[in-house]
Amino acid sequence: MEALLAITIGVLVASAVYLMLSRHVLRFIFGLVLISNAANMTIFTAGRLTPGRPPLIPEGAEAPPDLVANALPQALVLTAIVIGFGLFAFALILMFRVYTTLGTLDSDAMRVAEPREDTAG
Amino acid sequence: MSWLLTLPLVLPFLTAVAAFLTRQSPLGRRISVLGNTLFLAASVALLVRVVQDDIVVGQMGGWAAPFGITLVADRLSAVMVVITAITALAVAIYALGDIDARKEYLGYHALFNVLIGGVTGAFVTGDLFNLYVWFEVMLISSFGLLVLGGKKAQIDGGVKYVTLNLISTILFLSGVGLLYGMTGTLNMADLARTLPTVENQGLVTVVAMMFMVAFGVKAALFPLFFWLPASYHTPAFSVSAVFAGLLTKVGVYALIRMFTLVFNGDMDFTHTILLWVAALTMITGVLGAAAQNDVRKILSFHIVSQIGYMIMGLALMTPLALAGAVFYLVHHIVVKANLFLIAGVMERTAGSTDLGRIGGFYKSAPLLAVLFLIPAFSLAGFPPLSGFWAQYVLVAAALEDSAWIIAAVALVVGLLTIYSMTKIWAEAYWKAHPEGLEPRLSALDGDRRRALLWPVAGLAAITLVIGFFPEPFVTFATDAAGQLLDPGEYVTAVLGQGAA
Repeated sequence: MEALLAITIGVLVASAVYLMLSRHVLRFIFGLVLISNAANMTIFTAGRLTPGRPPLIPEGAEAPPDLVANALPQALVLTAIVIGFGLFAFALILMFRVYTTLGTLDSDAMRVAEPREDTAG
Repeated sequence: MSWLLTLPLVLPFLTAVAAFLTRQSPLGRRISVLGNTLFLAASVALLVRVVQDDIVVGQMGGWAAPFGITLVADRLSAVMVVITAITALAVAIYALGDIDARKEYLGYHALFNVLIGGVTGAFVTGDLFNLYVWFEVMLISSFGLLVLGGKKAQIDGGVKYVTLNLISTILFLSGVGLLYGMTGTLNMADLARTLPTVENQGLVTVVAMMFMVAFGVKAALFPLFFWLPASYHTPAFSVSAVFAGLLTKVGVYALIRMFTLVFNGDMDFTHTILLWVAALTMITGVLGAAAQNDVRKILSFHIVSQIGYMIMGLALMTPLALAGAVFYLVHHIVVKANLFLIAGVMERTAGSTDLGRIGGFYKSAPLLAVLFLIPAFSLAGFPPLSGFWAQYVLVAAALEDSAWIIAAVALVVGLLTIYSMTKIWAEAYWKAHPEGLEPRLSALDGDRRRALLWPVAGLAAITLVIGFFPEPFVTFATDAAGQLLDPGEYVTAVLGQGAA
């Protein structure tokens, strides 16, 4: 199970890096989504996988039976997903504004803030 | 005494909410100033308590460490919170004359105070995941501030700022996950205790490098700094001043915290890398600045170069070097924020910050010339201003440690900084205005002039105080460095007796 998840994370990161190396900023943010999910799965996997054992305390008992799934990494992932979603939403809108104000999605063509010396005169 | 820790954290967020609700009336900006005044008072109270008790610890929600979220303030954290409050108050006052009604309506004051809250949170948290959350709070509000107004250059700079910072965030998050997998804890004090017992120390170093890269992006270290000069000259002057003063320094703080408290196992490896990175950061930053012709772009590259000095202090890891790094941090925040504020006054009176298109301030606005001279030559390290002592302590530490190369680099970079500052001085102040214009401060109407100049004068006064009476500041920095070099004290304070 760990091996499978590790390979999945590896594939996600590899595709994400490929996408993020593109000059096209829309591809870049698609890569960003993939890599942020890879990071979330890393946390999840690093917290140990204990399938089929929910961390529930049976009625009447004061502590859960031994060896239940660790709930903390899942809480961390949940927080990270929410934050990641917010950041992605912002990035998407930013790219849309880039397209409407600068008229391009090619990061090499975005030279308003740092104009080329030879063309700026 | 946890209210002392929570108050500086809660006040900026309350201010943000109140300022957002009143954003359509002039009340919003007054609330921002009032909130930041209270914040400054609260942070000074925290500092006083830290000086008495060494370390103040609060366990949130009554959950004992390492299970709950711990807030910790040692000397470094406390002084960073105070300096944040000073900068925030100065910028909040400056914003009265700088931010127009449209930006206020779009929520400038709310975003600004959330940013300050995020920065403060990052300084006082004792939990790694909580640090991640504060970084995000800071990041998302800085995104908003950066593109507020929506000029072309802002959107362009925003793309570079947002993308590179998001990559750093993801690296940080992955590192957090891996650390948790190795140790089962994310409390920094608990990590400091359990990491040396991890079997595979090689893995710890790998994760340490992930953190170094992640925080290196935030701190704008070589070769990860490109987002900074691409974006810092684009937003409103208040925004670039608070970014320049505080944001990269949160990255530096996180590096100092992690590489003194948590990742201190393989220092031959990690701190050697940091030393080379520091040297390259100083050199590339100062050379980049020399090639620029816009005041804000020159200053942006100088941020990069000066981050190198702070990291140099961390890399040498001797008591004197760390004291130098702490002293440099404090001095740099005040001076750098002030220079960006002055650049704002220059643009408002002369119409530009491009050195080719302005001039004549020395003749027609001598007051501004004096106010510029203080932070500019402090930055360049002229005695007896604050920058001189900061550089002096760091170079002395390098020589004491026989680190000749880094000492030489620091001195040469200091000289090149003088070159940049004299360039601004000669072009903007001595040279006559190319169009014969005489930029006068009286061209600004009374209220605006006061709002713009008082914060500049206040920050310049702080620079002078640090410069003329450096001794208490150096003593404080030395004590802070002592705490950083003795993680046992921090661990005991958080986890209780017997833990370390």
